[in-house]
Amino acid sequence: MEGKKIRILIAKPGLDGHDRGAKVVARALRDAGMEVIYTGLRQTPEQIVETAIQEDVDVIGLSILSGAHTHLFPKVMELLKENDIKDIIVMGGGVIPEEDIPELKKAGIAEIFTPGTDTRDIIKFIKEKVR
Amino acid sequence: MEIVEKIINGDRRAAAKLITLVENNFSQAQEILKKLYNYTGKALVIGLTGPPGSGKSTVTDKITKILRGQGKTVGIIAIDPTSPFTGGALLGDRIRMQDLSLDKGVFIRSMSTRGHLGGLSQATQATVKILDALGKDIIFIETVGVGQSEVDIVKVADTVVLISMPGMGDDVQIIKAGIMEIGDIFVINKADKEGCERLATEIGMMLDLNQNKKWHPPVLKTIATDNVGIKKLLEEIDRHISYLKESGELEQRRRESAKKEIFDLIQEQWKETLSTFIDNGFLNKIVTKIVNREEDPYTAVEKLSNVLVHSYTQGGVKND
Repeated sequence: MEGKKIRILIAKPGLDGHDRGAKVVARALRDAGMEVIYTGLRQTPEQIVETAIQEDVDVIGLSILSGAHTHLFPKVMELLKENDIKDIIVMGGGVIPEEDIPELKKAGIAEIFTPGTDTRDIIKFIKEKVR
Repeated sequence: MEIVEKIINGDRRAAAKLITLVENNFSQAQEILKKLYNYTGKALVIGLTGPPGSGKSTVTDKITKILRGQGKTVGIIAIDPTSPFTGGALLGDRIRMQDLSLDKGVFIRSMSTRGHLGGLSQATQATVKILDALGKDIIFIETVGVGQSEVDIVKVADTVVLISMPGMGDDVQIIKAGIMEIGDIFVINKADKEGCERLATEIGMMLDLNQNKKWHPPVLKTIATDNVGIKKLLEEIDRHISYLKESGELEQRRRESAKKEIFDLIQEQWKETLSTFIDNGFLNKIVTKIVNREEDPYTAVEKLSNVLVHSYTQGGVKND
């Protein structure tokens, strides 16, 4: 059998129906040799955390363009804590104003990638964090 | 052992972690699986197979909902292909099963083939056992989208449902060997598309030629997205399971499954032993001899096998 593979859940919480960005990132991570679980649109934080448990992922990538990140991202972190999960790295992406980022990081989000990010930077970030 | 205890008490995280261990480090997982084995054997295993896009995930989603209504618990193993170029994978079967993710009576695991051929992944059989021990009554295995010869599912599942759809080729495709031989139940999904009746007739005629079989596979039509024909499919699965039990074929199938597992495990073990040889340059020496015509490949392999067996029984492989 082969060695460890990085497993990552790409999820879209909230109500916006735009998953172009999420799909581009999913594809880039796939091409970087990772196993990417893509769950589709309009996921609740509860669904995301339960999926992360069953799939035993190393990383959750949240993509959001609706503006509800200040509510939904911390909610995911809260649920992870409730389930006593400390070993999953959570990162976010999408249309997120600079001024919101410190608050999200304080809530436990490891990194926020805003539009224009090079997918290679995301890959590098994940590979450094997971190990 | 703590993890075994956790899994038989229904701990989803422990089960998920063990599946990961099976995928990443089988020899470690094996020690746990040995202890878990006594708690397995209760679940029924249903395989769903068919070409990409025929509706396997959607059918799985709809059947699971009916089973949950009946109070049965369900495990789902959804397999998608690994890229042969990068080793990465995009596992997207959950998109069709979103409503199931919050149901504590359902456990879904997406898996990539990791280079394994045959429509399943190397870890599939062990994962079936883990979900069985976790207490799931029914376990669905959704294979990768298959072509003609990915037929491993027949050796792992109790019942194989072959899902096809109209518009995939003429009637010669249906009488070819391989995938069309393994269905216990045939489903034509997307039955509202043109060509459904013709396909049903052609499959029916193909099946009529199998005269010696005691079980005559039914041909069903479904429109999974609209929930049409799903109840009937579940009834037919039930009927097939009853047939398996009454005819004694269930035991037969499980014997086949055990046999396949033994073969797979032995192959895997020897592959590992062999790769240790390859790693330390031993293989290169043999290759040089063969290329220089100093030795033929047949004798070389005979010799190599002897060395392997010897070192295996002595414990550990040494460079020679």
